[in-house]
Amino acid sequence: MAELIEIRWHGRGGQGVVTAGKLLAETAMGAGQYFQAFPDYGPERMGAPIRAFTRLSSKPITIHSQIDEPNVVLVLDPTLLGTVPVAEGLDEDGTLLVNTAMSPAQVREVTGFKTGKAFTVDASHIAIEEMGREITNTPMLGAFARATGIFKIEDLAEQLRAWFGKKISAEAIEANVRAMRRAAEEVQEG
Amino acid sequence: MSKFEALQGNEAVATAMRQINPDVVAAYPITPQTSTVQKFADYVSDGLVDTDFVTVESEHSAMSACVGASAAGARVMTATSANGLALMWEIVYIAASNRCPIVMSLVNRALSAPINIHCDHSDVMGIRDSGWIILFSENGQEAYDNLFQAVRIGEHPDVLLPVAVCQDGFITSHGMERVEIFDDADVKAFVGEYCPQWPLLDLENPKTMGPLDFYDYYYEHKRQQVEAMENTQAVILEVAEEFNRKFDRNYGLFEPYRLEDAEVAVIAANSTAGTAKVVVDRLRDEGLKVGLLKPRVFRPFPAKELADALSHLKAVAVMDRSVSFGAMNNAGPLFLEMVAALTLHGVQVPVADYVYGLGGRDILPREIEQVYRDALKMAETGQAERLVTYLSVRE
Amino acid sequence: MEQKGWRDIPIGGMILEAGNAVEYLTGGWRAFRPIRGEAECIHCMQCWLFCPDSSILIDAENEEMAGFDLDHCKGCGICATICPVNAKVIKKAGEELERDDPRLCIRIVEEGKVEE
Repeated sequence: MAELIEIRWHGRGGQGVVTAGKLLAETAMGAGQYFQAFPDYGPERMGAPIRAFTRLSSKPITIHSQIDEPNVVLVLDPTLLGTVPVAEGLDEDGTLLVNTAMSPAQVREVTGFKTGKAFTVDASHIAIEEMGREITNTPMLGAFARATGIFKIEDLAEQLRAWFGKKISAEAIEANVRAMRRAAEEVQEG
Repeated sequence: MSKFEALQGNEAVATAMRQINPDVVAAYPITPQTSTVQKFADYVSDGLVDTDFVTVESEHSAMSACVGASAAGARVMTATSANGLALMWEIVYIAASNRCPIVMSLVNRALSAPINIHCDHSDVMGIRDSGWIILFSENGQEAYDNLFQAVRIGEHPDVLLPVAVCQDGFITSHGMERVEIFDDADVKAFVGEYCPQWPLLDLENPKTMGPLDFYDYYYEHKRQQVEAMENTQAVILEVAEEFNRKFDRNYGLFEPYRLEDAEVAVIAANSTAGTAKVVVDRLRDEGLKVGLLKPRVFRPFPAKELADALSHLKAVAVMDRSVSFGAMNNAGPLFLEMVAALTLHGVQVPVADYVYGLGGRDILPREIEQVYRDALKMAETGQAERLVTYLSVRE
Repeated sequence: MEQKGWRDIPIGGMILEAGNAVEYLTGGWRAFRPIRGEAECIHCMQCWLFCPDSSILIDAENEEMAGFDLDHCKGCGICATICPVNAKVIKKAGEELERDDPRLCIRIVEEGKVEE
């Protein structure tokens, strides 16, 4: 793992953005890495645009400021494109991963992110088909694993199972895992 | 055997509370303390603790219930933030003057108005004269470690004072990090049993607590509180030593970071210290001799030790996450106390104050870097360009 | 009473001798004094129950009201106000009586006018 990877998530309240950040953090811990996962608390209301942050490192992390120049930006809700400056501060050679039916080229157009790497995956569609609900955090984690190579799908899946444990049915857990794998396969770079 | 868990600062605190297993917890919810008390309430209803959880209707009642329970002879804990602390203000003083060793998790949040739910240190600074022992924590791990030590410090017969363990609201309280959680049995052994000397519930020896004092005795009772505060520093160090032996982590009155051979230093408390450490490393790579002093014990204020630790420096920049409105130059309280400490101990070093982060305004590494560069300039010229700077406020 | 230093008193203002308020003699605060009158006491103990200064003396063995603790009685007159025998006497008289009327069970007499 690199010295420090800074990730910013964009979503809307109620979409599991914060949980996604936490899941990633747990995976990092399982891999013996250091991490921080923290949200940006604004109007805590379903549907309001929110941001969450994750730091990953092979060394202890003491920095506590917010992430202004992320290496990776994940957008969990396609309707945010155009309304929220999701690519703001994104590293020139950073990675942008968006949940959308659009192509990476179109996403680059809308966000103004011309450099680095852009990935898209229709996580909403996958979520609805696999889980019956538009909770995009788990498929996006799968796409993240493929796009960045930071974690293996298997590690994330294991954490997912541990995290949800008895909270949701075994069936629901496996649906999440399926959605994760599918997103990893369907993610496109451009 | 300890284990590592991914926990938010509040979850770490709730875990510590579970392991301490206090007799009574009386608390009222307020952002950003809420998740601590929620999580602890889960432990109560799941039967994981023996605690009597008193659901009160306000923070004033929360602290009142805590004082009553503590006076009765119970080991008591609570948690609050900002205006919750402000609402219980009179009872906070009473807890200290009644010598109740209550331990409180204080999740630092800005005082209203305007209403702000984010971090700054105005809340804790509002009780700095109350007689409480005040500890700062850089992150969830420190908040967790400090809580166990707080129980032992407060309950020590030479102390018998309440203790507030601070951590930054949202930044660390809601930030998930890798936290080392000790074994339940080890924690239990460390905190031990509370042996109250004068519990109200000892019916064989009836007594009164909290009576009226006239001008002929009030002063003597306050003098006793001063004595307790004077005894506290030695107890804090004793407890820290024992903690270090058992859990292999060293705590003192403050943490010096690359300070010994530094020419200039910044003083910053809580999470900002963590960010400052990154800046120190970066500037040291450039060959600049900078360091950091991170306060841990704010009350009792270790003036002499701080002055000694800073005496070799050529400039000091204090970072304050609150303002004492109307104080000299409208500076922050940490600065004011530092200046007093340095002056009284004959340490002639230029000092400047940097107020930052009010209401949760983010403090970035490059802003702290600027503070260091200012300090280096101060070291050259021998004086501060500006005594108090308000970092990143929009003019 | 000699005043003690901060080292010699319990911390936090705690009072460790139970019931030591009795050492504080408040009898000197009185401007009025309760005195037994002609009407016969029925030992109902209402005066004892209501006295805010625990200054009604009781003969526990015979279960009787035995007098007033003049070291502590502050002369508030609540005993006379609550006394049911007083009420009966006043009703029988058919008019308002002075507080120190000799026909009452408990009379309230001005300190300076107490007949010794």
